[in-house]
Amino acid sequence: MGVGIEVQQLNAWFGKNQALHDVSMKVTPNQATAVIGPSGCGKSTFVRCLNRMHETLPETRVEGKVKIGDQEIYGTGTSAVQIRRRIGMVFQKPNPFPTMSIYDNVAAGLKLNGFRDRQKLNEIVERSLRHAALWDEVKDDLKKKSGASLSGGQQQRLCIARALAVEPQVMLMDEPASALDPISTGKIEELIFQLKEHYTIVIVTHNMQQAARVAEYTGFFLLGKLIEFDKTEKIFTTPSDKRTEDYITGRFG
Amino acid sequence: MRNKGTALHSAEMMIPRVGGFRRVKDHLATFLAVGAVILVLTPLVAIFVYLLYKGVGSLNWAFLTQTPKPVGEAGGGMANAIVGSTLILLIASAMGVPVGIGAGIYLAEYGQGRFGKAIRFTADVLNGVPSIVIGIVAYSIVVLRQKHFSALAGGVALAIMMVPTIARTTEEMLLLVPQSVREAAQGLGISRWRTTISITLRTATSGIITGVMLAFARVAGETAPLLFTAFGNQFWNFNLNQPTAALPLQIFVYAISPFDEWHRQAWAGALILIILIVSSVAALRVVSSRGMMKGAS
Amino acid sequence: MENRSLQIPRLGPNKEVSERRLSIVRNPSVIQPMSDARIRLADNAFQGAMLACGAAIIGLLVLIVYELVSSSGLALHAFGWKFFVTQDWDPVNDQFGALPFIYGTIVSSVLALAIAVPLSVGVAVFLTEMCPRSLRAIISFLVELLAAIPSVIYGLWAIFILVPILRVYVEPFLGRYFGWTSLFSGPPFGIGMLAAGVILAIMIIPIIASITREVMIAVPRQQREAVLALGATRWEMIRVGVLRNARAGILGGIILGLGRALGETMAVTMVIGNRPEIAKSLLAPGYTMASVIANEFSEATGNLYLSALVEIGLALFFVTIIVNAIAQILVWRITRGIPARSHAQ
Repeated sequence: MGVGIEVQQLNAWFGKNQALHDVSMKVTPNQATAVIGPSGCGKSTFVRCLNRMHETLPETRVEGKVKIGDQEIYGTGTSAVQIRRRIGMVFQKPNPFPTMSIYDNVAAGLKLNGFRDRQKLNEIVERSLRHAALWDEVKDDLKKKSGASLSGGQQQRLCIARALAVEPQVMLMDEPASALDPISTGKIEELIFQLKEHYTIVIVTHNMQQAARVAEYTGFFLLGKLIEFDKTEKIFTTPSDKRTEDYITGRFG
Repeated sequence: MRNKGTALHSAEMMIPRVGGFRRVKDHLATFLAVGAVILVLTPLVAIFVYLLYKGVGSLNWAFLTQTPKPVGEAGGGMANAIVGSTLILLIASAMGVPVGIGAGIYLAEYGQGRFGKAIRFTADVLNGVPSIVIGIVAYSIVVLRQKHFSALAGGVALAIMMVPTIARTTEEMLLLVPQSVREAAQGLGISRWRTTISITLRTATSGIITGVMLAFARVAGETAPLLFTAFGNQFWNFNLNQPTAALPLQIFVYAISPFDEWHRQAWAGALILIILIVSSVAALRVVSSRGMMKGAS
Repeated sequence: MENRSLQIPRLGPNKEVSERRLSIVRNPSVIQPMSDARIRLADNAFQGAMLACGAAIIGLLVLIVYELVSSSGLALHAFGWKFFVTQDWDPVNDQFGALPFIYGTIVSSVLALAIAVPLSVGVAVFLTEMCPRSLRAIISFLVELLAAIPSVIYGLWAIFILVPILRVYVEPFLGRYFGWTSLFSGPPFGIGMLAAGVILAIMIIPIIASITREVMIAVPRQQREAVLALGATRWEMIRVGVLRNARAGILGGIILGLGRALGETMAVTMVIGNRPEIAKSLLAPGYTMASVIANEFSEATGNLYLSALVEIGLALFFVTIIVNAIAQILVWRITRGIPARSHAQ
């Protein structure tokens, strides 16, 4: 089952520029939480702090507390690499490993962390592809076709399968459908709806309708601050903050 | 005259007014440029034609399987030189390729700072050092210490030449791998060293092999660094610690000799050498164009 | 607050989709947990190993300088700076002056540049601005092929083909019409400074041509269009819009070619005549720094002899390093650090 995420006073910097200011949020397990806001508001940065990817960029800094389940991911002595094994991430532009087959792509996270059991590997690959709604389309070419030879929508589902294969407890999605056509987008949204049952999902989106369609909770970011965080219905029908209202009615962004 | 008219005025000054003469100059320029291309390609064609013409005649089975005969006797071949070259190149590759690729990995993945800049600059500088000077250095390090010439010394000299070339081409190929691929691996919780080897390096493999083959082809034809390291040998030698024959060396010695028979064999040897080198240059063109499409998506 | 609600249909359970019930067997220990220390150790060890390889490159440079300086110590001590201005090269009597070789290196390289530069620029201009697209790949490949031919094969061809042509046709012609300029006086041996200059020119044309092409391509299209819009002919556009802008880079390419010519050994050795004397005529034999090392190193008797040769090598090393460094800086600035091999043509 998915676990909850608790964020307390999260601050993040790019060099001298502060990208996140005192963000605090509680993400409910087994629900989808959307993060919305105009360009540059810090939503991608926020999500990348949840799996310690922000610090892989040069000259970055993070302060604050983030708890995934009952583990403090920024605690002293915790390894970023270990953390990322528990959290799956899907990026805006699909990024399958270009020289690997579909099978090898999905199995990459497991194989490269030492998992050797061939039988089990086959099972997990099939299962992950099924969960990503890609199995039927690729089951005959698993080892023959390369990851990069699929269409955009298929590549993204492949990336989802790849992330699912390591059995994370949380799935982070950074605008997963923004580079895809409407049909693929629809498939991805259906997928999120299904994945909710077993994972906690945080999805960044610039598409408000998408947030309204898939997420139970929504957080609205502006200029690095979390302005409002509430049930999606409330955010989109009776927002408490004027800035939220201005954004969702299209006055800016 | 400091007014707006000056700009146009000076443009007209640069481009002379006279109509017909300008056209003549334009045609003349084209004529000269084409002439330059013809002049430059002529020796290329001439070299290949003569290599074939003079080399094919002496290229026979005996040439490829026998060692040189004593002066004055006809026949004999360069078999030991071909094998010797292979031996020396293997030694050079065993030393030069891993270090070169390692340095390339460092430059691409960890080398954004000042140390990386220093290494990059040094590699480019090293690429310009005359090969004869590298030969002197290898002589100092190996031959002087061992008190004899050897295939090992020749290999060391060629390895020194391979390292900076391979480092720079490896770096270039690794930088072509998009950052998103590395991010995907890190997002999966794969450690940095594993990402570099199993993901980044693997994606850039065909390009890196191209770079290695390029360096290999370049040192395969080098004579100067072998003159006083491997030194040459009239007989078979498989001992790394003994003077060894090498194809370019043998060609040189035969070419400057006063014997016609040896001149003929020099052409044959040159033909073999050029076939080996050109085929690897052509092969790397094919591999790199295919590799570009697969690797950098 | 106004009720500016956004009525958006929520995604509800989809019957077909629910058929694909997720059936996860939760197994949290699929991946063996590895201790943080081990991960960090492996990452650091790897980075250290790669760093060592990178440092090896700097180490190689240091090694080269060290070996050259220490091995030439004897001669440096014996002759001082006079080594480079004395003409007398007499191994038998332990007299070593390097001036003839310095002279020979400079003259053969300058001659090579004089021949190669116009031809290289011509080839580059043709390929970049005038060549029909279909021919471009083939011709540029052929020019690059010139760079792949080993020096010893150039030398072989030069001895048996180039030199006889020079001896029988070119040099007598030059001697008859230009002999009054002491540049072309003396008997036409064929072998000599002129032959060395010509073969060197052929060898450095690919380098100068390819760098020139690269910097010409780097000139933005707007520059060309601006000149054309003023009513210029194609050649005028090339001269004013491209070559003028690419000047620094072309100069860099020329200097790079010079660097290559200075250090070139085998082909020159085979045709220059190997006579350690300074002569004004280009038809006379000469000797270069690289050639004397190539010819005499393995036969050198006596430590002073060897040391003198190493000192020549040391001088050659420093000269080529400086020349190449200057060229790199010039070219680097134009193509903005793109590694010189990226011909995505």
